[in-house]
Amino acid sequence: MNSVVLALIGVAMMITGYALYSKFLARRVYRLKPAFATPAHEHRDGVDFVPTNKYVLWGHHFTSVAGAAPIVGPAVAVIWGWLPAFLWVTIGTVFFAGMHDLGALWASVRNKGRSMGSLSGNYIGPRGRNLFLVVIFLLLLMVNAAFAVVISNLLVSTPTAVIPTWGAILVALAVGQAMYRFRVSLPVVSVLGVVALYALILVGDRVPVVLPETILGLSDNSFWILVLFVYAGIASVLPVWLLLQPRDYINGLQLFIGLGILYGAVLVSAPTVVAPALNTNLPEGTPNIVPLLFVTIACGAISGFHGMVSSGTSSKQLDKETDARFVGYFGAVGEGLLALGAIIATTAGFRTLADWEAVYSAFNSGGVAAFVTGGGSIINAGLGIPVSLSATILATMAVLFAATTMDTGVRLQRFVVQEAAELAGIRIGKGVSTVVVLVVALGLAFGAGADGSGGMVIWPLFGTTNQLLAGLTLSIVAVMLLRKGRPVLPVLVPLVFVLSMSVFALVVQIGTFYAAGNWLLLGMDLVILVAALWVIVEAGLAMAAARRAPAEEAVAESARH
Amino acid sequence: MTTRETFELARTRLAAGLRELYVAPYRSTFARARRDEEDLFLMMVLAEALGVPNPVSYYTVELLPAVYDRFHDWHRRMGLDRSPLEHISCC
Repeated sequence: MNSVVLALIGVAMMITGYALYSKFLARRVYRLKPAFATPAHEHRDGVDFVPTNKYVLWGHHFTSVAGAAPIVGPAVAVIWGWLPAFLWVTIGTVFFAGMHDLGALWASVRNKGRSMGSLSGNYIGPRGRNLFLVVIFLLLLMVNAAFAVVISNLLVSTPTAVIPTWGAILVALAVGQAMYRFRVSLPVVSVLGVVALYALILVGDRVPVVLPETILGLSDNSFWILVLFVYAGIASVLPVWLLLQPRDYINGLQLFIGLGILYGAVLVSAPTVVAPALNTNLPEGTPNIVPLLFVTIACGAISGFHGMVSSGTSSKQLDKETDARFVGYFGAVGEGLLALGAIIATTAGFRTLADWEAVYSAFNSGGVAAFVTGGGSIINAGLGIPVSLSATILATMAVLFAATTMDTGVRLQRFVVQEAAELAGIRIGKGVSTVVVLVVALGLAFGAGADGSGGMVIWPLFGTTNQLLAGLTLSIVAVMLLRKGRPVLPVLVPLVFVLSMSVFALVVQIGTFYAAGNWLLLGMDLVILVAALWVIVEAGLAMAAARRAPAEEAVAESARH
Repeated sequence: MTTRETFELARTRLAAGLRELYVAPYRSTFARARRDEEDLFLMMVLAEALGVPNPVSYYTVELLPAVYDRFHDWHRRMGLDRSPLEHISCC
């Protein structure tokens, strides 16, 4: 199979999904109305509620939801062969993710721009709201631990990425100063920032930084994880204009450039996919494809985190209700394209099947490192950029993604800890709450072993939690549709599928963690399993009640006559 | 439209789009910080009227007329549905 064919079929499926299925959802299911006064207009305050151009809002929404997860998930999941990952990403984007993201936007817009957490109280009940908080807490916790391991693995496997990774912080600090202190024009700052970042990539490629195997009694991986958490802690308490804002911006530009380079190289070099369509020669210890595929690839197929962004910020900025189709559905398509790029890089970026099998010698052994190696050789073949430099570009892109998500994750988790403490009647400051967040995340990272690999072991657990959150969001959307007497099948089928796969995966993982004697992860698995079963019961009850009640729209119609 | 004007229009649009991309994700963070500062300022100006001894009320009382417009939003944000001050009946 030629990778261009794979790319074209994938892109065609997603674009067709946008052109046809999202139109069906917008007209028949969500019934978006251009005249509906969105919260951005009704509650316009210049703070949260600001009507925004749909293309700008899409850019904002896409860069907020796109992180390292759509790269990590597919890069691990291709171990079962390229076909299952390809099908789950494309079909998942069209029928699951797009519908979910658009639905979350619609649900929030129809409820004064309120977040999913707040809506769960209304539609699933007060217990549903508490459940939502628990799931969000676990998700953020796992994001921090998992992404620290992803970055440290990359820094060890691609030492040429060390200088650009840390140098990007200096570039962001300089961009922040140039913007607010020296008032330099943004196009100039953007060009200078991107040039500086790529200059650092060139320097890094010449000067790889390899740490000694042991530093202060810690392995190189463990050392990087510790450094990353210290950095994330500091970054999360600094004023946002100083580091986070310019860092997000530069990373956003780098995302578009990196994706352009990768897809451009695939089109020019048209490499052959060497990985099997269905891998029958699975390494020992590889879990069964069902249900693990559906939780290994979460972002890129369906992601609960998108619902948080859709209802947290994007819904408050939607200029017209009909823009939700472009912002929500097409935002999911953007993420699907990133996941598709990761599948192509990890299956077509190797010369022979033997080379590919050597990298995918065990479950979790491929991952982002395979994306960097495979993608690097595709860029080399397509654009003539040396292999090492291509790999450095991709490694830096993946690290910056993961680091931005970690920065935000620690910051959001800090707010959650402060809120939880306030509910318990204790007031804690920025410093204490940040330390609490870091200690818990470090405990998780090192809970599975002294090498800090816990973050990667929990990856499928991260997937299940993310799907669980998506299930909660879909339950809210389903209850709303049932109350209105609208077609509910497009939401109900993905909802049942996602929740059953999550529960199945959690049960399978209980056995895995028990066999490995991993008590921390076993405990977390049990907590998430209880939450999942709870979601199913609460959502089922809420939907049954909504089904029994007379349809809101029919009631409104009869009241008019 | 001349080539120069077309170029200038494209440059302006690009700059505006980039600016929006830079500002949008943190717009609410900044606006909220600005509003918090404003709230603190109003609290200081109105301290004496609210029964809190204010050593600089001689100066702040002069600012009262300037803050009347913002007073209603402020007391609602502070969780008070009606104006807490008798001499300012905004609602």
